[in-house]
Amino acid sequence: MELPRYHRLRGALYRLEGSACRSCDARSFPARTVCATCKSADVAPAGFCGRGTLWSFTRVAQPPRGFASVAPYGVGMVRLVEGPLVTAQLADVEGVDMAIGMVVEMVTRKIRDAQENGFIVYGYKFRPALRPAPRRAGAP
Amino acid sequence: MRDVVIIGIGQTAVGEHWGRSIRDLAAEAVAKARADAGVERVDALYVGNMASGALCGQENLGTLVADATGLLPIEAVKIEAACASGGAAVRAACLAVAGGAHDYAIAVGVEKMTDLLTDGVTSALATAADADYEAGHGVSFVALNAMLMRRYMHEHGVRREDFAPLAVLAHANAAHNPHALYRQPITAEEFAASPVVADPIGILDSAAICDGAAAVLVAPASEARRTRRLPIRIAASTCVTDTVGLAERRDPLVWEAVAAGARRAYALAKVGPGDIDFFEPHDAFTIVSALSLEACGFADRGSALKMAAEGRLARDGDRPICTLGGLKGRGHPVGASGAYQIVEVALQLRGEAGAAQIRGARTGMAQSVGGSGSVAVTHILQV
Repeated sequence: MELPRYHRLRGALYRLEGSACRSCDARSFPARTVCATCKSADVAPAGFCGRGTLWSFTRVAQPPRGFASVAPYGVGMVRLVEGPLVTAQLADVEGVDMAIGMVVEMVTRKIRDAQENGFIVYGYKFRPALRPAPRRAGAP
Repeated sequence: MRDVVIIGIGQTAVGEHWGRSIRDLAAEAVAKARADAGVERVDALYVGNMASGALCGQENLGTLVADATGLLPIEAVKIEAACASGGAAVRAACLAVAGGAHDYAIAVGVEKMTDLLTDGVTSALATAADADYEAGHGVSFVALNAMLMRRYMHEHGVRREDFAPLAVLAHANAAHNPHALYRQPITAEEFAASPVVADPIGILDSAAICDGAAAVLVAPASEARRTRRLPIRIAASTCVTDTVGLAERRDPLVWEAVAAGARRAYALAKVGPGDIDFFEPHDAFTIVSALSLEACGFADRGSALKMAAEGRLARDGDRPICTLGGLKGRGHPVGASGAYQIVEVALQLRGEAGAAQIRGARTGMAQSVGGSGSVAVTHILQV
């Protein structure tokens, strides 16, 4: 990934920043300049909580250039709780029995090979949501 | 607007043409289309191509092909609409003639994919997806289609094996196409056993990487008497777009550009889906055939595989598809495929499809889809 592109995308890659339409309240990821629902240009940056459910998924065995070091890797489409679908790599799914509908959450991870110019591209991935251990009686 | 007819067609064999360049392939198809029409004059050249920059390090393709075919200083440009580039080039030629800017226009779809290894081709194809939000995350084009297929299986309660008839029929039809990449039939058992590329998509769900070129020469209907071939009328030509990012659709399993493109084409040609004698869908993956059949009104939502299982899509069925092999059997040199479809529909309508001939075919439809349903170019041809 080119350095200017990485810089430009940092809000989305690190913080899952998208947009919300002020006219119809539709949320979008990625951010849009024109609302996809009502075509209004009155849109503003908006965030997401990073949780959602798996809409679909697969595993990439033949990676494109730049992804050999992370292959094979899972990818999925995640329905965020705020509405939009996001396409991303999956993390921590080795040995996990994946299923459509499972609850996932965003994490920040390395998303591709190290670049020739030395910088490492980090961005959002989704992993099966962490579940707190059941509380034991008497535990604080 | 003037009525437009196809007066000449030409195609190279689809294959791994190690010894031939992008200009050699395009020039062969153009020369064959001109010879087929028996017309010397050409006023404009539209080169449909998806990724010559990434695959061959070559742009400025309009001029390159014009030179290679001896057509300088003709008007010539490249037309790009991802995997629908070939169809889009045919439409550009059609518009130029319909609008009166030119009388004889050639569209040639060409793609040269085998200069690179698989990772390079995978990256080049991924440029049809969203660079920032799909390809930039290592989500290949196969992966996007695999996620569509898994979701389709989930929503409609079907299994991977249920997609087999689509691939089997494509290979069966390709066996009768001398220009096809795969002329050997396959069985449902071989389909089920084929290696997985991106689960649930297997090798035999997928159209192969290859090289090829196909060309179509169009003219106003009033000029049709100048050709020695049966003129094929372009009854409808449409181009409709949707979001590039698959995730940005309201429902990714409903291909609205494909549906709207077909509806507009039916209206222009004054036909309905029931009047289409055969259909050439963009079967880059079996899931694409299923979604296209449903979007175009040939099958209800979730019922395309049932239609395939009942044999209705085979050559002797009531709605034949992929009659000369489709993208799966003929091969899918991406930017050329849309032009191959038009050449094949014309062969059927002329009655020149040999053993693959659909008897009595009068109306055929071809649809070229770019990205994951993000741009659809639809043509209805008639005799």
